[in-house]
Parts: sequence; C-alpha cells; structure tokens
Amino acid sequence: MNAKPMQAAACGLIACRTCGLILPLAMRDGRCTRCTSRVNARIPRSAERTLAWLIAGMLLYLPANLLPVMHTSGVQGSQESTILGGVLSFWQAGAWDIAVLIFIASVAIPVSKFIALGLMLWTVRQGSAWGTPQRTKLYRVVDFIGYWSMLDVVVVAITSALLQFKAFGTAEPRLGILFFCLVVVTTMLAAKSFDPRLIWDASRDND
Amino acid sequence: MTEELPIPRIGSRRWAPSLIWLVPIAAALVALSLLINAWRETGPRITISFQTAEGLEVGKTLVKYRNVTIGHVTAITLSRDRSSVLVTVDLQKSAQDAATADTLFWVARPRFGVGWVSGLDTLLSGEFIGAEPGASKARRVQFIGLENPPPLAHPAQGKQVVLHAQDVGSVSLGAPVYFRRLPVGSVIDEKLDADGRGTQLVLFIDSPNDRFVTQTTRFWNVSGIDLSVGANGMDFKAQSLISVLAGGIAFGPAAATDEVRPATSGQQFTLYTNEASAMAPPDGEPRFVRMRFQQSLRGLTIGAPVEFVGVNIGSVISIDLEYDANTQSFPVIVTARIYPRRMGRAEEALLQRGTTESDDQIARFVGQLVARGLRAQPRTGSLLSGQLYLALDFIPGAAKVAFNPASRPLEIPTIRGSIDELQLHLASIVNKIDGLPLGDIAHHLDSDLLSVHGALDHINGDVLPAATATFGALQSTLGNVDRTLADDSPWRDSLEQTLNEARRTMRSVRSLADYLNRHPEALIRGRQADAPGSGAHEHDKEGAP
Repeated sequence: MNAKPMQAAACGLIACRTCGLILPLAMRDGRCTRCTSRVNARIPRSAERTLAWLIAGMLLYLPANLLPVMHTSGVQGSQESTILGGVLSFWQAGAWDIAVLIFIASVAIPVSKFIALGLMLWTVRQGSAWGTPQRTKLYRVVDFIGYWSMLDVVVVAITSALLQFKAFGTAEPRLGILFFCLVVVTTMLAAKSFDPRLIWDASRDND
Repeated sequence: MTEELPIPRIGSRRWAPSLIWLVPIAAALVALSLLINAWRETGPRITISFQTAEGLEVGKTLVKYRNVTIGHVTAITLSRDRSSVLVTVDLQKSAQDAATADTLFWVARPRFGVGWVSGLDTLLSGEFIGAEPGASKARRVQFIGLENPPPLAHPAQGKQVVLHAQDVGSVSLGAPVYFRRLPVGSVIDEKLDADGRGTQLVLFIDSPNDRFVTQTTRFWNVSGIDLSVGANGMDFKAQSLISVLAGGIAFGPAAATDEVRPATSGQQFTLYTNEASAMAPPDGEPRFVRMRFQQSLRGLTIGAPVEFVGVNIGSVISIDLEYDANTQSFPVIVTARIYPRRMGRAEEALLQRGTTESDDQIARFVGQLVARGLRAQPRTGSLLSGQLYLALDFIPGAAKVAFNPASRPLEIPTIRGSIDELQLHLASIVNKIDGLPLGDIAHHLDSDLLSVHGALDHINGDVLPAATATFGALQSTLGNVDRTLADDSPWRDSLEQTLNEARRTMRSVRSLADYLNRHPEALIRGRQADAPGSGAHEHDKEGAP
C-alpha cells in the first residue's frame, strides 16, 4: 500500500477497455486498432451517467412500491397487492422465511444499492481517499448483486403464468411490477456506468 | 506537460448537460404523473360507526354500491367511549358524491329467510360494507352505520307502499306479494308503529306491475292455508307453498270500482285479514253499544260477530262481569262495536232522512227500534263448537223495557238466547211430565188389563165352541144345496124338459105373430091353404111337430 503503483498514463500508454490492447496515450479518444472500439482511460462522464441512472432508479422506486404489483382473484374475492403488502401478509400468515426473502430481494437490495452507489458517487466527488479498497469491494458486491432483485419480477411472471384457473383463481401482473423491473434495470445500468477506477483516481489526486 | 491540458477540458465537459439526463427526467415525469393520478383518484375519507366490526378487515373489506367497489376500509378503531367501532373508509374520487348527508352504510352479511336468501356471495368473499347514497347534496364525513340492510338496497323501478295492520301475522320479511296469484313484489320491511299500537309493513311492487296498485286497491293477508266450511261445502285456499311457509300478501282492485289513478309511492293502506273483509265496503266510524245479559254467555268470545237482522254489522270487544246489589246477581256486560256503514242502503236511507246525524238523534232512533222490539240475543252460531254470536233482532211480543237514550254507550235491552229459551221450555215440559200421576195411571191400567184378560177367557171358553157348532151346521146346508144343483139330479132333468117345452111354445107364438103380421086378415078369414111364400111354408113345416 505504501508503494505507489505506477500509472499507465504516466508511462504514456493507454489500454483499450474492450480488448485490453496497449496503445500509446496519443490514441486517446481514437479507435482501437484491434477491436475498433473507442479508446479512453476512464468511462466517459461516468459519475454523471451513474448519477442520472441512480436518480431515475430512485424515482421509479416510488411507484414500484406504491402501485400494486399483482392482482389475484379467487373464490375468496379479489385483491391487489403491493410489494410491502405482500411481505406483510406473508409475515402475518406465518411464512416469515418467504417474507424475509421477498423483503431482501425487493427492499433491502435496491435500497442498499441506492445507498452504496450514492456513497461512492459522493466520495468520488469529494475526492475522499477513505477506505478505498473497501469501496472497491462494495462496488463489486453492488455489481454482482444487481440482477438478484429481479426475483420479484420472476415470481410475479411465474405466478401470473401458472395461476390461471378462471373462477377459482387468477393472477395478473399490475403496473407496479413494470416499475420495479425498471428500477432493477436502471440500478444495474448505474452500476455499469460507474468506473471503479474513479475511486483510486480521487485518492491519488489527494496525495 | 502537454498531457495535462486535456484533463481540465474533460472536467469542464463533465457537468455539461447531456442526453443521459433525459432518463431521470422521464422517470420523474412518470412518477409525478402517477402521483397526480393517485391524488386525483383519492376521494374523501369518511368514518362510519358500527356496533361491531364483525367480519371487517383493514385493507380487505370493500365498500360497494350496486356491487361496484367505491372504497375500502383503511382503519378500524374503537370509539372513545368504547360503545361502538369506528371504521375509516377511503372512498374513490369517482364515488365522492356517494358520501352525502343521507347516505346509508351497512355491513352486508349472508341472511337467510324462508323463500329468499341474500348476501350469499359474502359467504366466500367476506363481508363488505354496502352503501346507498341519498338524494342530499351536502357532504358529510361522519356516518352511523345501519345494523341491518335498508329495506330496499337500490332504487329499483317500482313502487313502495305502507300497510297498516293490527299485527303482521305470519308475514315474514321478504314474503311475496301477489297480484292475481302472480308474485309481483315482496315485503321489504316490517316494524311497529311509533306508539306500538299497530304494525307497519312496507311492500315493494316491482315495475311495471306497480301500476296495478291504485288509490282504491285493497291488500289482504294470504298467509298459510285458508280452510273454510260453508253452505257450499269446503273451501281450501292457498296462494303458494312459499306463502304457506313465509306468509304472503295479495292485493286487488276493490270490487265495483274502475279507479285507475295509480297510488303514489309510499301511500298508506290497510292490511285486511282475508280477501272477504278486504273486498267489503269500508266500515267507516264505529259506534259502541252495551248489553246487559242475565245469563251465562259461555261460548261468546271477544271478536264474536254482532248481526243485525242477519247482517254482520260489528263485533264484541269486551265481556265483563258486574255485580248488581239489588238483585244480588252477576249480569254480564258485553260491549260491542257497530259499524253502521255495514248496513248498506239502510244506512244511506237513514242518513238521507237525517235520523242519524247526531248522537241524540241516533239514541232516539234506537229507542224507537227498542220500542218496536229490538233486542240483543245470544245465539248459537255453531252447534259443534258452541260458539255464540249476538243477534240484534226484532223479537215479536218482547216484554216492554225502559230505554235510556242518554246513556253512553247506548244500552240495548237483551233477552235470553234461543237455545237458552229452548232449554227453559224443555225444563218446564220435563217438570210437567214429572208432575203426572204415573203410578196411579199404571195401577189403573193394570186392573183394566186384568179385566180384559177375564173377558178373553170367557170368549175362549164359551163363545168359541158354540161358534164351531154353528159353522158345522152351515157347512151341511151348503152341501145339500150343492147336491141339489149337481148334473145328475132328477130335479135338474125335469127343469130342463120344462125349459125345452117353454122354448117350443115360444117359437110357435112367434111364427103365429109373423103370420099375423103378414096376413092380418087371417084373423077374420082363417088360414089360407094355398098361401104363397116359402116363409109361411117353412113356418108350417117347422111349427108342425
């Protein structure tokens, strides 16, 4: 840690982010000679794009939670359930394991992703050198965990497809699940557009 | 360092507006539009108080009007004094007009009756709160929920009428209403009058049959089975099985009216106990009379008919016992209600002559009738059950009684009942029979019979043998006569000869007469020997022997 790693830019080199070909620094903003993708040292406007995706995801998270995600009807009447309402009814019905699973997938993960991405953007903006490796680890977790939030969407899709017994019971997706799906997509895009090397850039600038 | 130049350039571009910001803007717009939509759809929040929250669940129980969801329960709390349950309901924006000042709310639960069932769907779907918006425009947020559904859930097409009755009988809620034996409506409510002296039945007649309810329509009870035995035999009437079980009401136009003005909604009618009383002309104002009987009135019940010259004009309303200190007797005081209108044309005639205008005039008129022999008499209506009715009738030769025209109610003099009278007569006859010297009569009769016996003995011993001998002599005499007249008796031979002689003689005389008839001159000249004519010749030949 004490020994400062050498930077490619300092050596007048730049690597293609797609195929990893080492090119001279003068090739910046040009085309890779091997894979013809654009050559740049960092994801262009990474923080800005991440912030935009993050805000969009947070905004979409509101209707995703407020609107009903599924409409079930059966002999006991019909009802529309929201995500939190479903968690609550599972918990009250005694199925606490399913309730916890749904809660983690649909509330804990998206919210922690918002917080994590927000924290990373804020520290990068501040140019903080605090806990740089931990923040990098956090980024990996966020990147990895992204698609697991789709669990809810999958549950609704499968239930709607299978539970079609006319008068005895039907399940239909509602608008809320579309918004939830968009939340997952936008947060994944936010994580994708965040360049983790910005964390290290900030710590170097401080030094 | 030429490489350092681009770095600030990148930095300056970093916060320049770019297309990526369209994504959060679009998300914000969508979220905002949804919020606005949700806010626009949010209707008023109202509170309904119920006795109990049985079957109600927060978030699940819906508020429905005409089976369309217009809101849902968002909270259930106890009231401050814990006497009721406060149910908070969020109404939809589209149903905000449903929460007016006179809107009714009730909890729909399954309810069963004979012949009907309602709220069956709530068995599976759970209870819901029914709503029935009123006509008022004023808004309200605090409501008191009904414990039972209102009589008529939705303003259906038809007419509502109110029937007044002494009691509802066996008519239950939901009982059918018949018109010409066709079910056209139902009983939607039954309740006591405010003063508890009668009952009210609310009927709903469905359109288009409600137009048959006119101003003069009569309603009567058709509950159960109407079994009557009359002079025409047995009459069995029942509208339908449901009306036998749950009761029912029928209506029809009053006899001899062509009234077509339809009844107004909510019009009041009287419920009659049967068709006959419903179709009878209206009774009008009753008058009361009192009668004092000096006899047992066993079999006379309250409600027993009072008949005037055979026409039912009223009924007995009370039977009391009184003590008369003068005679130390217990007269029975019977009060009866008389409907003069039931006398029909007689009443009209009396009205026209003005004799029944005031109470005093009526009293005077009744006094005249009493002077002519009007008396009240208990009579037996049915020999089987011994039921009595009161007959007001002119009794010929009734003993004169004092009539007090000032007494109220009017007191009508009475005489003993017909069966009673008969009993008295029978008793006097029995007494007379009892007073007869039956012992002496039997004694005399016995001695008479003994002398008859002696006389018969004498006939047997003396008269009969003599008669036998007489008969024997008579028989021998008759035998002699028989012999004398027999074929071979000589008396009979000689008689025959004599008769033959006589016949020949008669023949000669006749031929002589013939000859003389033809030859009258022969009397003078004698018989001509050569007299022509075979007749004469033949006569000669014949007469020769």
